[in-house]
Amino acid sequence: MPDALLTRILHLLMHLLTVVLLAPLIPGLITKVKARMAGRVGPPVFQLYYDLAKLARKQAVYSRTTTWVFLLGPVGTVAAMLAASLLVPFGHTPAPVAFEGDVILFAYLLGLSRFLTVLSALDTGSSFEGMGAAREVAFAALAEPALFLGFAALAKVSGSTSLTLMLGSLGVGSGAVTAPLILIIAGWSIVYLAENSRIPVDDPTTHLELTMIHEVMVLDHSGRPFALVLYGASLKLLVLSALLLDLMLPKAAHAWQDWARFFVGLGGLAGVVGLVESATARFQMTHVPRFLVAGILASAFAFLLLLV
Amino acid sequence: MILYLLAVLLAFTSGIPGLWLRRRGGEAAAVLMGLAALLGIVAALRVLLGGASWVVGLPALPMSATGGLAFDAIAAWFAIPVFLLSAGGALYAVGYWDERHGNVRLLRVVFGLAAGSLALLVAAAHVLTFILAWEGMAVSAFVLVMAEDRQPETRRAGWIYLISTHTGTLCLIAAFSLLMPFTGHGRLDLLPAGFASSSRGTLTFVLFLLAFGLKAGIMPLHFWLPPAHAAAPSHVSALMSGVLIKMGILGLIRLVSWVPDPPPWWGGLFLGLGALSGLLGVAFALGQHDLKRLLAYHSIENIGIILLGLGLGTLGKAAGHPVMMALGFGGALLHVLNHSLFKGLLFLSAGAVVRATGGRNMDRMGGLGRAMPWTSGAFLVGAWAIVGLPPLNGFISEWMIYLGAFRGFTLFRWPWTAGVVTALALIGALALACFAKAFGAVFLGEPRTPTAARALEAPLSLRVPMAVLALACAFIGLAPVLIAPALGRAVAVLGPGTAQTDLARLAHLSSLTAWATPMLLLAGLLWAWARPGKAPRDRPTWDCGYARPGARMQYTASSFAQGLVGGLRWILWPKVHGGRVQGLFPAGAQYGSHVPDPVLDRFADPLLRLVARGAALLRILQGGQLSVYLLYVLLTLLTLLIWMVA
Repeated sequence: MPDALLTRILHLLMHLLTVVLLAPLIPGLITKVKARMAGRVGPPVFQLYYDLAKLARKQAVYSRTTTWVFLLGPVGTVAAMLAASLLVPFGHTPAPVAFEGDVILFAYLLGLSRFLTVLSALDTGSSFEGMGAAREVAFAALAEPALFLGFAALAKVSGSTSLTLMLGSLGVGSGAVTAPLILIIAGWSIVYLAENSRIPVDDPTTHLELTMIHEVMVLDHSGRPFALVLYGASLKLLVLSALLLDLMLPKAAHAWQDWARFFVGLGGLAGVVGLVESATARFQMTHVPRFLVAGILASAFAFLLLLV
Repeated sequence: MILYLLAVLLAFTSGIPGLWLRRRGGEAAAVLMGLAALLGIVAALRVLLGGASWVVGLPALPMSATGGLAFDAIAAWFAIPVFLLSAGGALYAVGYWDERHGNVRLLRVVFGLAAGSLALLVAAAHVLTFILAWEGMAVSAFVLVMAEDRQPETRRAGWIYLISTHTGTLCLIAAFSLLMPFTGHGRLDLLPAGFASSSRGTLTFVLFLLAFGLKAGIMPLHFWLPPAHAAAPSHVSALMSGVLIKMGILGLIRLVSWVPDPPPWWGGLFLGLGALSGLLGVAFALGQHDLKRLLAYHSIENIGIILLGLGLGTLGKAAGHPVMMALGFGGALLHVLNHSLFKGLLFLSAGAVVRATGGRNMDRMGGLGRAMPWTSGAFLVGAWAIVGLPPLNGFISEWMIYLGAFRGFTLFRWPWTAGVVTALALIGALALACFAKAFGAVFLGEPRTPTAARALEAPLSLRVPMAVLALACAFIGLAPVLIAPALGRAVAVLGPGTAQTDLARLAHLSSLTAWATPMLLLAGLLWAWARPGKAPRDRPTWDCGYARPGARMQYTASSFAQGLVGGLRWILWPKVHGGRVQGLFPAGAQYGSHVPDPVLDRFADPLLRLVARGAALLRILQGGQLSVYLLYVLLTLLTLLIWMVA
C-alpha cells in the first residue's frame, strides 16, 4: 500500500524534524514564562538557537587536566538522546522505531547519557564538578525505580513492553485505568523534574556552584562541546516531555490532530514547568530524596492498583 | 573429544616446563595455555554450533562409572570463559608476576592445575569426577590466593577461603550421598520425577544450595570472597571472579537440568537470593576504598543478577512455559559468559593499576588516564559493560532477564516479578554510581599522590589479554544475534521444550544491532565535529574563583560515594574514625571511614572469637603433664568399669 507507506514516511519526517529542530524551543519557552511571571520581558524564545549557533563558531578551551573522556559526555548525551527520541511515540503516532522491550533500551539510554556526563565531570578534577556528579548519581538511583515501576504498570495495562504500544493506546479518559494513570503521571512528573534538573530538585539558573547538580557538572565545557551539552539537555527535556504527554493527551480522530495536540501539549507543559519554577523554591538538598521517594511510591501504587 | 582432553592435559601441564627453564618459563606457560585455549574453545564451539555432545566413561573407577565426563552444550558454554581467562591470565602473569612477589614457578604450576580442574569440572558427569575436579579447583585456588603469604592479610584471606570452601565440599558430599540411590551408579543425569518435591529432595536441594552458594558467593555466604579476591594476584582474581565462582552457578544450573520438575519455590528462592545478593553486593561495593575489594563485591552483585535469571527460568520450568525458560535461563547463561569477560577485564586492568601504583586504595590514585591510556580504556569498557549500558554485552543479558521479568506479570500473572524489574533497575543505577566513582577516582582528575603521578603504562603482555576481553565484550554487545544459536543450544539442555523457541527472535536481538550501529555512527560524527583539534590545553580547570586548588582537594572515591553510603547507612553501618576538630586553633586531625563486611566482620569474627575463648577454657584439662593424662585414663577406665558392672 503506497498510501500507508507515504503516511509512515511523513510521520517519520515530522518526528525527526520535531526532535532535531523543536527541542531547543522548550527551554526558551520555560524561561519566557518564568520571566513573565517575574514581571520581566526576558530573553527571546529562540535564545537557545542563537546560543547554539554562537557556540558552534567559538573555540573551546580545554583544561590541561582533561583527557579524551571529557568529550564523551557531550557527544554521548546527544547520541543517546537522539537514539532514545526515536523510541518514544509523539502524541498517538507510533514511534519510528518500535520493538518489544524497547522501553528497557530507552531507560538505559538515559543511564548511558548520565554515566558519560558524570565521567566527563570527574575528568576535570574539580571538586565542584565531583560534587555535582555525586549528587546526580545518588538522586538518579531513586528516580530509576520510579521510572521502572511506571513502566511495569503500563506494561501490565497494555500487555506489551514497547513504548509505542504502552503509551500510544492510552490517554486520560480512555478507559477504566484512569486512577493508576494519574498516579503514574504524578510519579513521572517527579522523575521529569529531577531528570531535567528543574526546580524544586535543581535550579538551572542558580549562580552558586555549591548548590548545583547538573549545571556544575558542565562548568568546564565550552565551544562546540558546550553546544552539545545544551542541545543534549533540550533533547532530554523533549523526550521526557513526550513520555508524560502521551499519558495525558486523549486520542484524536485524525493523525494531524494528534500532532497538533502534541505541539500544544508541549507548549502547555513548558508553561506548567515555568509556573512551577516561579511558584516554588528549590528543596534543601537533603529533602530531595524524600521528594523522589514520593515518586517511587506513586508509581508503585499505580502498579498495585492494577492488580486488584 | 580428543581435542578437549588434549586441551585439559595441556592446561594441567602448562606450568611444568617452567620448573626447569631458567628463563622464559612464563612465556612457555602462556604458549601452552594459549594452545590449550585454542583447542578447548574449538571443541566447545563445535558442540555449541550443533555438533554432537560426547561422553567419556571411566572404566578404571571402582563404581563402574559410565560417563565420567559428558561434554554437552552447557559444559561447552562454561568451557569458553574457562579457557579464555586461563590463557589470558597465563599471558598476563608474564609481565605481572615476578620473583619480587613470591614463588613464580609454584604459582605457574598451580595456575595450570586450577585451569585444568576447572576445564574438567565443567564436563564432570559423575559424582566422583565432579568431587575430584571440584576439590582440585578449590585446593589449587587456595594456593593461588596464598601467593603473597608473607602478608598477614593474605594469610587470613587464604584460611578463610579454605575453611569456607571445605564447608562447601562437606555439604556437597552429603548432598551427593543423598542423591546416590537415585543415580545410575553415581552417574549424574536426569533424576526421577517427583524426587525434587520429596522431603529427601528438599534436603538435597538445601545442601546443594549451601555448597554451590558458598562457591558462588551468594549473600550471606559471600564472606570469603572480598578478602580472597583482594589478596590474590590480579590474574588469579580474574580467574576466580570470572570462572571459579561461576562453578557454583554451574552446579545450580546442573541441578536444575537434572530435575525434570523443579518445585516453584526453588525459583522463588533463587529470585529472593538473587535480589538480596544483587542489591547488597552493589551497596557494599559503594562503601569500599580498595579497588579490588570493590570489584569483588560487584561479583556478588552479578551473581545476584545471574540468580534472578536462573530463578525466572526455574519458575518457567516449574510451570512449563518455554518462553520464560528461554528468557530466564538464556539471560542467566549469557550473563555468566558476559560477567567473566568484563569482570576478567576489570580485574586485569585493576592489576595493571596496582602494578603501576603499588597500592589498592583508590583515594591515593587519580589521573592515571593520561599515563595509562590503554589500561584506562580497558577499564572503561569493563565498567561500561558491567553497568549494563548499551551497546556492550552487559546490556544484552540484563535485557533478556528484564524481558523475562516483564513477561512474568504481563503474560503469566506473576505480579511479584515486577519486584525483579525494580531490583534490576535499582542495581543498575547503583552500579552506575559505583563505577563512575571507581573510574573517576582512579583514572580521572589529577594524581593525588607522587606515586600515582609517576605511574607508567602496563607492558604489552598485560595489554593483549585486556584488549582481547574488551573486544569480546564489544562483539557480544554489537552482534548478539550471532551467538544466539549457541546460547539456544545451552538453554535447550536446561529446559526441554525451548528448542523450538528462537531466542534471537524472542529477545529481538537483531533490533538491538540495527539500533546500535547508526547510534555509533552518529556519535562518531558528533565526535569529529566537536573534537578539540589544535585547541590549546594550557589552562587549569576552572576552580570557581578559589586561589590555590590542590590535587588533594579533588573529590575522592569516598567523598563521591558519601551521599549514597550515608543514605544506606541502615544497611551498611559505616565506621568512622576521628574527624573531630577541637578548639579555636585546631591541630592536625585525621579522619577515616570504612564499611566492614556484614557477615565476616560483624557476625562471624566476633562469634568465632567467642568460640576460641570458650575453647581456651578447656585448655586447663590439657596441661601437658604425663601423670595427669594417666590419671584421665585411669578415671575413664574406672568409669567404664562401674558402668559395665551397674
